[in-house]
Amino acid sequence: MRPGKMLREVLRTGMKKPVTIMYPKEKLELPEHYRGKLKFHPEKCIGCKLCMKDCPTNAITINQVGEKQFEAAIDLGKCIYCAQCVDSCLKKALEYTKEVELAQLDPQKLKVVFGAETKSDAKKTSS
Amino acid sequence: MFSAIFSMMIFPGFLFLAVLSFLGEFIDRKIYARLQNRVGPPWFQPVADFIKLLGKQEIIPSEANPTMFKMAPLFAAASVVTAFFYIPLWTPEALYSFNGDILVVLYLLTIPTLSFFIGGWYSTSLYARIGTVRSLTQLFAYEVPLFMGILSSALLANTWSLTKIAEFYVIHPWLWLMNLGGFVISLIALLGKLEKTPFDIPEAETEIVAGGFTEYSGKLLAFLKLTLNIEMIVGAALLSAVFLPFALTYNSFLDFVIFLVKLLSIIFLISLARTIVARLRIDQMINFCWKYLVPLAMMQLLLNLAVKGVMIK
Amino acid sequence: MHNSSEEFKIPIGPQHPALKEPESFSVALRGEKILGVEIRLGYNHRGIEKACEERTYIQDMYLIERVCGICSHSHSTCFVQAVEEIAGLAVPRRALYIRTLVAELERIHSHLLWLGVAGHEIGFDTLLMYTWRDREIVMDILAELTGNRVNYGINTIGGVRRDISSIQIQETLKAMDLLEERTKYYIELGLGETTLIKRLSGVGVLSYDDALHFDAVGPTARASGVKRDVRKDDPYASYGEISFDVITDTGADVYARTIVRLKELMEAYKIVRQCLKNLPDGPITVRAPRKIPVGEALSRYEAPRGEDVHYVKSNGTERPERVKVRAPTLANVQAVKHMLKDRFLADMPIVIAAIDPCFSCTDRLVSLEQDNRGQENLMTWQALHDYSIKWHSKRGVDFGKLNKKLQERLSKY
Repeated sequence: MRPGKMLREVLRTGMKKPVTIMYPKEKLELPEHYRGKLKFHPEKCIGCKLCMKDCPTNAITINQVGEKQFEAAIDLGKCIYCAQCVDSCLKKALEYTKEVELAQLDPQKLKVVFGAETKSDAKKTSS
Repeated sequence: MFSAIFSMMIFPGFLFLAVLSFLGEFIDRKIYARLQNRVGPPWFQPVADFIKLLGKQEIIPSEANPTMFKMAPLFAAASVVTAFFYIPLWTPEALYSFNGDILVVLYLLTIPTLSFFIGGWYSTSLYARIGTVRSLTQLFAYEVPLFMGILSSALLANTWSLTKIAEFYVIHPWLWLMNLGGFVISLIALLGKLEKTPFDIPEAETEIVAGGFTEYSGKLLAFLKLTLNIEMIVGAALLSAVFLPFALTYNSFLDFVIFLVKLLSIIFLISLARTIVARLRIDQMINFCWKYLVPLAMMQLLLNLAVKGVMIK
Repeated sequence: MHNSSEEFKIPIGPQHPALKEPESFSVALRGEKILGVEIRLGYNHRGIEKACEERTYIQDMYLIERVCGICSHSHSTCFVQAVEEIAGLAVPRRALYIRTLVAELERIHSHLLWLGVAGHEIGFDTLLMYTWRDREIVMDILAELTGNRVNYGINTIGGVRRDISSIQIQETLKAMDLLEERTKYYIELGLGETTLIKRLSGVGVLSYDDALHFDAVGPTARASGVKRDVRKDDPYASYGEISFDVITDTGADVYARTIVRLKELMEAYKIVRQCLKNLPDGPITVRAPRKIPVGEALSRYEAPRGEDVHYVKSNGTERPERVKVRAPTLANVQAVKHMLKDRFLADMPIVIAAIDPCFSCTDRLVSLEQDNRGQENLMTWQALHDYSIKWHSKRGVDFGKLNKKLQERLSKY
């Protein structure tokens, strides 16, 4: 028992490079299957709306826009990124991506619509 | 007259001291961070903090005594800056000196604690009251070993003046090694004076928020923090003058650099000490000071008496 | 001047640097000495139990997971186990092993987090920085295995949602070696650093009898010598097939709790290694019905902070009729009052931190509404008792006489 038992470890650490990741400049490598922003494949959707039923926060809405054509409106502000909808979807029309930098100043920009006409690209409503 | 004001207010007076204190705070925080494997703040952080605090609203509790509350940081700042004038820096000669200035410096360094006590006590916050009582209790524990440690060096030099001490060690260059024990004791006691871990009991964040400083905000807090930093610099300068009075080569630039190195090494030791230990409780702190520090300081005094006896022979 | 015989009360919380969550401790002090503590819960009540009744079982799983940020897997597993018991589902063995694995990884991250917080409470910030740095290793492993750092979402009713690949097994084993080495260093540090021992030993003593009396759970109880661990007493998931020791200590103080947690970390590495080595093949999930049959179940789980209890009652629909959560802190928080009595104010943060409190998990709501329209609605128990006797005697019922008659009849038999 002696005071300052950490001395050697502390001095050795002081010589090392800090472990801090300077975030906006350096990016942390996310694992392969990190649950980030959702992606919707309109061509696979059959409109069963199971994802809507299972979503814990009612963040996803499937709308019929035409004959066997559906679009998904996802409120990223409500989404908790649990990816239950991905599990619930029988046709694998939903998947999650590694994208996590989703912060917006305008809450309207958080409402993302994946439409049939733009295929799988995200179209952001700017209203 | 003009040169006196210049040396008091600008160099090596208040302004120089303020710049040095910002540097000291930066070094302290940076070392603390690096030893903890963090990046730490950029070099301008202490200045930025100071400027930001100046722009903040000042809130004085309605129950507080406004005069006392506002005057306390001013008293503290004035006394530590005054103490600085009597300490030899890079030349063996201080700005002002007289026989007995060592006691004046030590007492001037006690005034900040007392004025923080008054400011905290009159802010009427319960946390501040507990904190200030703790800081006074602590004062009685660290003051004795600090005085004994510093006076042991003065005893060897047979003088009551800091300037004379420095001159003595210039004549007898290796005798300062006799005081190394006193240096360690005084450094530990200085941690208590500066209220740094393990003796940051009066401002223990997780217990009593910020102790006596709980109610301070805005400009007053900015000056309070500046005073604490200046106190650290003055304390470190005092230790370097008393215990490390070597390499005064009368080459002013080189001496200045060596002085800075000494100062920063003492700050490094302070940062290191607060990195590797936990905060003690007030009863443990007092036990530690009286049980270990005071007897050790006593031994240092006896040693110096014996050395002096041999030298006189 | 300050009069040391003067008693005063200081508020610790709802907002205070020592507390990470809002909770009110009103401390009566004489000088530095604590005379008594009043604890007031309820600043963080979120009504999760009620909200569960309005959501389907699948939605509840994610809601329950968010009861606590640190022991999210504990709550979700505990809930899922109860639902599976009602539905009579046989969860595949591989799924149980993965659940156990994530549970132990969670214990590692929770205990490392606790060690850092404890260090911060006694002014030892270096310990905080080091343990939280090392905690990142296990957080990365959890993110790799489950897809998130905090709310893992690995459980589903009838199994787990993600399988583990052989590459992930290798990575996890490597991380365990690294963490084991670090933990050994912390144990050495805990046994050797004077200021740490001085601040922790003899503080917040909870004797064996008191631990039983206050129903302490988890490391708090085990540090008082109570050998109480759901993993051994009532094995769930795959704990029945895994060998590990229940760590106990007889120190009964905060220091003993630290040592118990540090040694539990070593046990956790052991369990993780066994899980990965003996991981059985097979499916990871069975199909679960959307409508859970009528029934009720009580599920127990050893969370990092102690025993977690969930009660679920179903009524044959997609939604549960009642969900009840008893977080470990609720069991431990009563003991804090006892532990703080006659201690110093300086010990307050570390004694509170030593039970590893999670106040938002614990919070209960008691709603007392005072009607200010002239009629007094709020009544104490005694007032209600008196009122009821008066009300009945006005109508000719004398409880005193009735009681005497009852006693006479009883004495005859």
